[in-house]
Amino acid sequence: MSEYQHPYKDVTFALRELVGFDQLCEQAGLDEVNGELAEAILEEAGKFGAEVLAPLNQIGDREGATLGEQGVQETAGFAEAYQAFVESGWPTLTFPGQFGGQALPNVLGTAVNEVWQSANLSYSLCPLLTQGATEAILHHASDELKAIWLPKMVSGEWTGTMNLTEPGAGSDLAAITTRAVPEGDHYLITGQKIFITWGDHQMTPNTVHLVLARLPDAPAGVKGISLFIVPKFLLDEQGEPSVRNDAHCVSLEHKLGIHASPTCVMSFGDNGGAVGYLVGEPHQGLAYMFTMMNHARQAVGLQGLGISERSYQQAVAYARERIQGTRRDGSKIAIIEFPDVRRMLMQMRASIEAMRGLALLASAEADRAKAAGDEAQARQHNERVELFTPIVKGWLTEMSQEITYLGVQVHGGMGFIEETGSAQHYRDARILTIYEGTTGIQALDLVGRKILRNQGVAINSLLDEIDDFTRQLASDPEMALLSERLSKALEYGRQATRWLLETGGQTDWAPGAVSVPFMMLMGYLCGAWVSCRMAQSASAQIAASEGDIEFLQAKVITARFFCEHLLPRTSGLLETILNGSESVIALPESQF
Amino acid sequence: MKILVSVKRVIDYNAKVRVKADNSDVDLANVKMALNPFCEIAVEEAIRLKEAGVASEVVVVSIGPKTVQEQLRTALALGADRAIQIDTEQMPEPLNVAKLLAKVVEAEQPGLVILGKQSIDSDNNQTGQMLAALTGRPQGTFASAVKVEGDKAVVTREVDGGLRTVELALPAIVTTDLRLNEPRYAKLPDIMKAKKKPLEVKTPTDLGVELKQHIELLKVEAPAARQAGIKVDSVDALVDKLKNEAKVI
Repeated sequence: MSEYQHPYKDVTFALRELVGFDQLCEQAGLDEVNGELAEAILEEAGKFGAEVLAPLNQIGDREGATLGEQGVQETAGFAEAYQAFVESGWPTLTFPGQFGGQALPNVLGTAVNEVWQSANLSYSLCPLLTQGATEAILHHASDELKAIWLPKMVSGEWTGTMNLTEPGAGSDLAAITTRAVPEGDHYLITGQKIFITWGDHQMTPNTVHLVLARLPDAPAGVKGISLFIVPKFLLDEQGEPSVRNDAHCVSLEHKLGIHASPTCVMSFGDNGGAVGYLVGEPHQGLAYMFTMMNHARQAVGLQGLGISERSYQQAVAYARERIQGTRRDGSKIAIIEFPDVRRMLMQMRASIEAMRGLALLASAEADRAKAAGDEAQARQHNERVELFTPIVKGWLTEMSQEITYLGVQVHGGMGFIEETGSAQHYRDARILTIYEGTTGIQALDLVGRKILRNQGVAINSLLDEIDDFTRQLASDPEMALLSERLSKALEYGRQATRWLLETGGQTDWAPGAVSVPFMMLMGYLCGAWVSCRMAQSASAQIAASEGDIEFLQAKVITARFFCEHLLPRTSGLLETILNGSESVIALPESQF
Repeated sequence: MKILVSVKRVIDYNAKVRVKADNSDVDLANVKMALNPFCEIAVEEAIRLKEAGVASEVVVVSIGPKTVQEQLRTALALGADRAIQIDTEQMPEPLNVAKLLAKVVEAEQPGLVILGKQSIDSDNNQTGQMLAALTGRPQGTFASAVKVEGDKAVVTREVDGGLRTVELALPAIVTTDLRLNEPRYAKLPDIMKAKKKPLEVKTPTDLGVELKQHIELLKVEAPAARQAGIKVDSVDALVDKLKNEAKVI
């Protein structure tokens, strides 16, 4: 088991050169925040992740959460780590100052979240879900509810959960049956929710569940769902947890991975009804959920990056120390010297750097939208957030499957043995393409809502931006090779988009049949675009004899590898998109 | 009581140390730097004394180019109140450091000066002792416990063969050993506040100290690569080798 080290240099380079962090902070009027502060914060986060969270990762896999008389018992050591996490103020990072937050940019929150997710994916889900629940209350609850619940959720003293899924309502939330009946100043909630991440634990004195349920007069379908706060413990007059609410974890799922993250079956109202408080207006629950979806989906995309980085670090360490083979002179060879091992490591690395660049760029769009001078600008940035979200979630998590697969492969037979720890990343990564909307859902969102619905305006504006950059890149002789590859892939992206708008979109079935290849094509294209942008910055610094020459050269080589080994996949994907939709559905269902 | 803590910027203990191609020195270009671990323990001890109500102010001082401000900010984020950078091009040798610190001690009049017992780069283990001599203050080196009782400091020292407890009349000098405490993690709000805490820059000239070089660095070499081991077929053969080849028993 190798130790985790935060890739500080790579992250700060991307923040500086790709995102333009200083300029972003200036635009946003954050006088106190700049790259220097971000670096100090990332350094401390990296230290905390490596020293406190990472050592608990393998224990959590072996000795996952259990369900007992007192509810869910988390893995030993997690409670102390969580306590230290809260004391260090990490949960407060991006929340507004009014409720005890530090009001730092979203993109810095993303960079810091990568640390937690790499260090310990199972652990990181608890603060992540808390963040989601906190956002929901922050944006949609009454001032009264905010005052009661937010301060301790922002600080992390209480955790939060999201209760959407039911046995009969997964991707289709219209089928929700959990009921909420008004009673005095509150509601009584009855029903069962499944797949509730960190639905119960003993780490904090209270847990705040956000629950989707139907009111008695609710219209059928998605328009009849409301959102409720249902705490584990009801509060006394001092606002302290007192009486146990009728909301319990009744079962834990046995899972392929993320064993330390308790996935709960939650039962509400077994003893008469769980006390709940309505968030915002009745019947608006699903709309409220949608406002948080971009953030949540991008956060899961980031998990794909986090787990990939961990798998990569471990593979590199193993490839360096594993001696296999002898040279003619009798000296021994570490497997990192074999070209095919190098290919695997390069593929992991090139993918990761592109994924990180895209994740940061996408999350900075939310900051830019917030900081925009006028409505038109804000709309543009929000459009970009919308467009990037399914790509970040879909492409990054799909890539993480291949990267963690390679992580195991580099280990050879030892990778298949649990002891080395590489297999854990492979198993842990597997959920990422599923929860928070499967890859199929992301791809449908991309082609349907984000492209066809606006007749391709948003995607064409992105493609134009990549086009401008490619032309600019072509004028630099050092970058000729990258520019040539990128412009080819860009052409494929344009052809695929044209097909979708002009041909595929004319049928009901074709966009869905090749939506995943379409999303992957856009992922590779965007990945190459950000890699080339970083390579261009690196090359300019090399020419000016600035910075760490080895690091900068590595950036250029890694981008080249991406363009030569991963970007060519766009050509095959295009072929599938243009010609392959029919065979997807040609076979009658009875033939399966 | 005021506590003065000196801190040094050194190569991060996780970073791989490389020797420059011409063997003139260790290559520090683009290497990750950090607060010297012994100094971090010194900062932690000072903050704990402040939290316990023993100290009223913690001042951190570092010597070197502008980059040492990063380590001063780290110490401020951990809880120090203000910082002083003594601006020099190079990291001076221990006697110069001690002379500079002696001037700071003269100006600040701290009740206690806490230093790391040594830095992990040059491993000299001299500055604290020299500072004690220059200021005429009592010293408690290699501390694994520090207790302030009235106008005295009781310091448990880690010495060969055990622990030795000494009582020092304040003001005094203490150098830290590894087991004195476990430094905390900086808190997010404190990292942000650290930016606003006062940081004063002085030069050796301001302090009236002329830096003199007493040590000349001739050559730096990487340790020789380890030779492959061999297997012996019996305990007797092992004992024989240890006695006659390695000559360790």
